[in-house]
Amino acid sequence: MQRLKSSITLLGLGLLAVAPLAAADPAPTQVGFVYVSPVGDAGWTYQHDQGRKEMEKAMAGKVRTNFVENVPEGADAERVIRQMITGGAKIVFTTSFGYMNPTEKVASAFPDKFFFHATGYKTGKNMGIYNARFYEGRYLCGVIAGKMTKSHIAGYVAAFPIPEVLQGINAFTEGMRSVDPKAEVRVIWVNSWFDPGKEREAALTLISQGADMLTHHTDSTAVVQAAEEKHKDNANLYSFSYHSDMSKYGPKSCLTGTTHLWGDFYTRTVKEVLAGTWTGTNVWGGIKDGMIKLAPLNAAVPEAVKKDVTKLEKEIKEGKRHPFAGPVVAQDGKELVPKGRNMTDAELGAMNYYVKGVASTLPKN
Amino acid sequence: MEPSLVSAVLFATIVAGTPLILTALGELVTEKSGVLNLGAEGIMSVGAVAAFAVTLNTGSPLLGIVAGMVAGMAMSALFGFAALTLQANQVASGLALSIFGVGLSAFVGKPYESQTLSSVAPLKIPLLSKLPVLGHALFEQQALVYFSWIMLAVVAWFLYRTRWGLVLRAVGETPVAAHAIGYNVLRIRYLAAIFGGAMAGIGGAFLSVFYTPLWVEGMVAGRGWISLALVVFATWRPLRVMLGAYLFGGAMITQMFVQGSGIRLDIPAQFLSALPYLATVVVLVLISRNRSTIRLNSPASLGQPFMPDA
Repeated sequence: MQRLKSSITLLGLGLLAVAPLAAADPAPTQVGFVYVSPVGDAGWTYQHDQGRKEMEKAMAGKVRTNFVENVPEGADAERVIRQMITGGAKIVFTTSFGYMNPTEKVASAFPDKFFFHATGYKTGKNMGIYNARFYEGRYLCGVIAGKMTKSHIAGYVAAFPIPEVLQGINAFTEGMRSVDPKAEVRVIWVNSWFDPGKEREAALTLISQGADMLTHHTDSTAVVQAAEEKHKDNANLYSFSYHSDMSKYGPKSCLTGTTHLWGDFYTRTVKEVLAGTWTGTNVWGGIKDGMIKLAPLNAAVPEAVKKDVTKLEKEIKEGKRHPFAGPVVAQDGKELVPKGRNMTDAELGAMNYYVKGVASTLPKN
Repeated sequence: MEPSLVSAVLFATIVAGTPLILTALGELVTEKSGVLNLGAEGIMSVGAVAAFAVTLNTGSPLLGIVAGMVAGMAMSALFGFAALTLQANQVASGLALSIFGVGLSAFVGKPYESQTLSSVAPLKIPLLSKLPVLGHALFEQQALVYFSWIMLAVVAWFLYRTRWGLVLRAVGETPVAAHAIGYNVLRIRYLAAIFGGAMAGIGGAFLSVFYTPLWVEGMVAGRGWISLALVVFATWRPLRVMLGAYLFGGAMITQMFVQGSGIRLDIPAQFLSALPYLATVVVLVLISRNRSTIRLNSPASLGQPFMPDA
């Protein structure tokens, strides 16, 4: 321990030599972030990086952050996480599902450091997990879609049929049909998180099949852009973005989007760790926790719809409304959740079906 | 199926096949001269980012295509230097070029990730575009789609109807003989490789300027590899390259239309994305079994370096 302390002092001296102005403050705590893709300008990783910057700003002087982007999931990730720790980081956030096992491994090797893994399910004494209830935003987008559609068809470009994606599709469908019972949602799986060409083709396919409300659960902006382009031919063609506010890619046609906000969570967590009050994290936060938000609504959304959506958002926030409030009926007509209760978190986590109103068939796994 | 649906499927199939045709035609000419350039994925990436950057800064898609082409030529010249002048292993050089190109495009493209281009209006061919069903699909396309058809005719004509096409094929079959009767094998191979690079660069430009008017890292998404597979699938015949490209493009598009319409299709999508490569393996097996006919099209000295005795 003594040796460790002296090496920290040495490290601190090194830092002081580089930044003599900070001499009065204790050395800031290092916080590392591991990203699965390049930060880019929109998307999953971009939102995490926004959160990192927000946290760094809120904790100015107390923390220093660094990140490594484009880290493959698997053995490489373990090396990167280890390097962060040996490089002086005290807290590491790993932001993709595939980092779960590497994070757990490094966490058990460094019991005095803190690790947080997004979207996974393994926790430990010094390892917390966090995720967001993206489906709450999806539900609200669905409601807007139901109010705005003329063809009663929505198109959904999706990556892989995992529970998180299915939650989004089903919540969107439930939201849309809550205001337009005739509506149906068509889904195309592109089997890639990221292939702008395929995403665009899928969007155009859905448009040609009559969809006038489009959304996506993939990482690029291609669907929003395709909708913007076709908006010229059909003035009632609109899109909803995901991950980030993509309105600049669809100024006329992107109505809003489900955006992820990690900043508050990161600030809160780092504060707890620094204060020594941290006791464990298992966060699945939604609108209430400020982890999900709708992007600013497009001017094309009528005032009355805006009002309704604001009201619904408030109800979800207060826990008065759940996107999967019973009765929830599966595509084949089977009742999944009876009237009078909401779907539980365990049921949400195991979602592997379409609800009634989705017109496509789910690929078999 | 109703006519409008047929037209939509056909239209999308042609669009999806175009970058494959462009790149594969270039690779076909390269391979016919006996040079195996596996760098298509990297060349397309660099072509895509160059075309995007230039189109964004000048507002001219035409200049963008030229930029993509020039970038592709530069990349393949680099390959030529390693594999032809220095006689490095062609497979290794090509793979290195692929990896390098993908990385370089990501590096150069960083500042362009947030930008978008306005989409380019299609070039409608008068009268023909009014045809029922086929008119929209065939004659309301981007200019580069027509260009891919023209290049198909040009490549086929060049290879089989001109003297220099014959020379190029001779160089690919027996470079020693071509050299003995006085042809500069290295120069011909360089030119063929650079032509291949130019076409792959244009293929990349089609992706970033016309197909999805944006640049993001990794947007070529394996289309370079599919193009390489296509050349083998087509047994080195230009017309079959086009058929193969539309077949692979069509498989993807049809699968999407089926999904969207809710018809149950029990073919896993993973199988469909593996299809081009599976088909290529099948063709390779056929080639090896049937030495007399199909094999005639395969350049005999493919991938073998040639250095004239000093």
